Amino acid sequence: MSIQVTERAEPEPTTSETPLIRLRSIRKLFPITRGILLQKRIGNVHAVDGVDLEVKKGETFGLVGETGCGKSTLARVVMRLYDATEGSIEFDGEDITRSKGGRLRELRREMQMIFQDPYASLNPRKTVGAIIGAPFRLHRTVPRGKVKGEVQQLMELVGLNPEHYNRFPHEFSGGQRQRIGVARALALRPKLIVCDEPVSALDVSIQAQVLNLLEDLQEEFNLTYLFIAHDLSVVKHVSDRVAVMYLGKIVEMASGNTLYRNPKHPYTGALLSAVPIPDPDLAAAKKRIILEGDVPSPIDPPSGCRFHPRCPNAQFPKCSEEDPELTPHHRGQVAACHFPLEDRAIIEADAGG
Amino acid sequence: MAEALLEVKDLSVHFPTDDGLVKAVDGVSFTLLEGETLGVVGESGSGKSVSFLTVMGLIRRKQAQIEGEILFRGQDLLTLPPDEMRNVRGAKISMIFQDPMTSLHPYYKVGDQIAEAVRTHQKVSKAEARDQAVEMLRRVGIPRPDERADQFPHEFSGGMRQRAMIAMALSLNPDLLIADEPTTALDVTVQAQILDLLDRLKQEFNAAVVIITHDLGVVAEHCDHIQVMYAGKIVEAGDRRDIYYNAQMPYTWGLLSSIPRLDETGERERLNPIRGLPPSLIFVPEGCAFHPRCPYVFDRCREEVPELLPSDGHHASRCHLPLADKERIFREEIMAKA
Repeated sequence: MSIQVTERAEPEPTTSETPLIRLRSIRKLFPITRGILLQKRIGNVHAVDGVDLEVKKGETFGLVGETGCGKSTLARVVMRLYDATEGSIEFDGEDITRSKGGRLRELRREMQMIFQDPYASLNPRKTVGAIIGAPFRLHRTVPRGKVKGEVQQLMELVGLNPEHYNRFPHEFSGGQRQRIGVARALALRPKLIVCDEPVSALDVSIQAQVLNLLEDLQEEFNLTYLFIAHDLSVVKHVSDRVAVMYLGKIVEMASGNTLYRNPKHPYTGALLSAVPIPDPDLAAAKKRIILEGDVPSPIDPPSGCRFHPRCPNAQFPKCSEEDPELTPHHRGQVAACHFPLEDRAIIEADAGG
Repeated sequence: MAEALLEVKDLSVHFPTDDGLVKAVDGVSFTLLEGETLGVVGESGSGKSVSFLTVMGLIRRKQAQIEGEILFRGQDLLTLPPDEMRNVRGAKISMIFQDPMTSLHPYYKVGDQIAEAVRTHQKVSKAEARDQAVEMLRRVGIPRPDERADQFPHEFSGGMRQRAMIAMALSLNPDLLIADEPTTALDVTVQAQILDLLDRLKQEFNAAVVIITHDLGVVAEHCDHIQVMYAGKIVEAGDRRDIYYNAQMPYTWGLLSSIPRLDETGERERLNPIRGLPPSLIFVPEGCAFHPRCPYVFDRCREEVPELLPSDGHHASRCHLPLADKERIFREEIMAKA
């Protein structure tokens, strides 16, 4: 299946190594019920519907897509915060799909998460010291007397003043709060950090500070990031490889530059063309594909290719009947489309780059 | 030559608080011509929203100390009695907000909410107002507008709600539409739809548009003029080409180089963030408010507040650096990286 495709098409020295995460045909359905006493199942939300992917050790894997495409659900399935309906999750060679109890607790040490909203993800009634120190207390990796020192070291690491140990979250700005979230995620020295829209709530200048910090920490601690965002330019900037999701499926996967220069899936093309570029001449030269309408409901996704009702290149009946598989193109790029875009069809205004 | 629609002269909006006086807007002057699109760019707390809320008459003297003049077609809105201001607000100047989820009333049908705006300002029957509401929904590109008008906001997607907000704002054919972060809460593909719609409707309704945003990408494609705000002041203003290809203020440079660019195709480069944090508006730094974060700071910046001085035509910036230096730095250090 597509897993082998990915491996074969991406000949890099690390291929022999076991990937940190390997997902096989992951599906996550949320039941829709009716009635209070006799809860009858009347349908499913197909949040994630058959995703295969591998994240290598030490890489940043970007996941982009619009609201409701299933990217956050997928991240929570990886973190084992949701149980997958079908499929398997391997973490560092171990099948963790059904891990429970003590083993799951140990796993949580190895994978941590940074959340989108630095206002909602920190308890307003706890001091920063208590927030960052909580992982130590829960997992007892550090003796109680040494927690404070460890926390202050972490604070320094992420660019906070260690003297602010006793302050409360409301005394910090949005960017500083996000640094607190990063420090908490780093506390147990995890192998994997899932960043769920870590900078979307921040101003651009602060966003750049946090992105640089994440990059430095990755180098220092050899971290692997699963980086989720709806902002393509941010994802492309930080990621080694990027997967584009649409209605619960991965529609295209490639390195950031390949994806930008040579998108194969029309949805990727449309997504790229919609990103505003801070350069009036380039923006004017860019061909715009404006998608009509909204993303269809994941309760009853369209037949065949899920993108066909909005696709400018759809050809009937093939696109509305056959679900396309992820097929390889050059340089490790895979795309699920019956009629992929011609090379360089979308963005011709490359001159200024 | 188009005439001046809105002239703001030396506007200051200061909020007294227990901690001190918050100088949210501090001496802002600009002119907006009929039919023009103006982009206002700045970080949270730079005063961009407060200045336009004041133009809308939504910040009152009870809450704040307001000084200066806001001339709309020559008439000072700040001296207008409240009931006359009510005739201007909505009918002549209208506004759409960042969050379409919270700016529509959840208990009322979308069509009724638009019709209410129409009936507030025009003597029309309920049926006529409803027809107008349906027509407006159609013009902003909502499919099956007559069915949609009878639905509640929760039955609309985010992009649809923003369209409905735009329909409401334009239903009285205003001369000026203020869009405060109109696409920040939306996905990129929907953002592209909405910006496109604003462009088209601007032509159709012949209205001037102000787009307030923190995203320099959004204004690059859709605005004629751009002003950059920092700590309650305009620090640079000019035609859009001036701002992107000849920026003359270190804060603008910082904004331009801290955005990850989709069109960077080489090896991944580090971003150049602006160091430090935006200042407190109670204790604004002496001299140039940007000096503690500015990499090009020198003695004069710490003592003397720079004026907003024009360099040529419309282009003006608030910075003590000599013009030749600004041009050199921009060319060699900022553009070279972009």
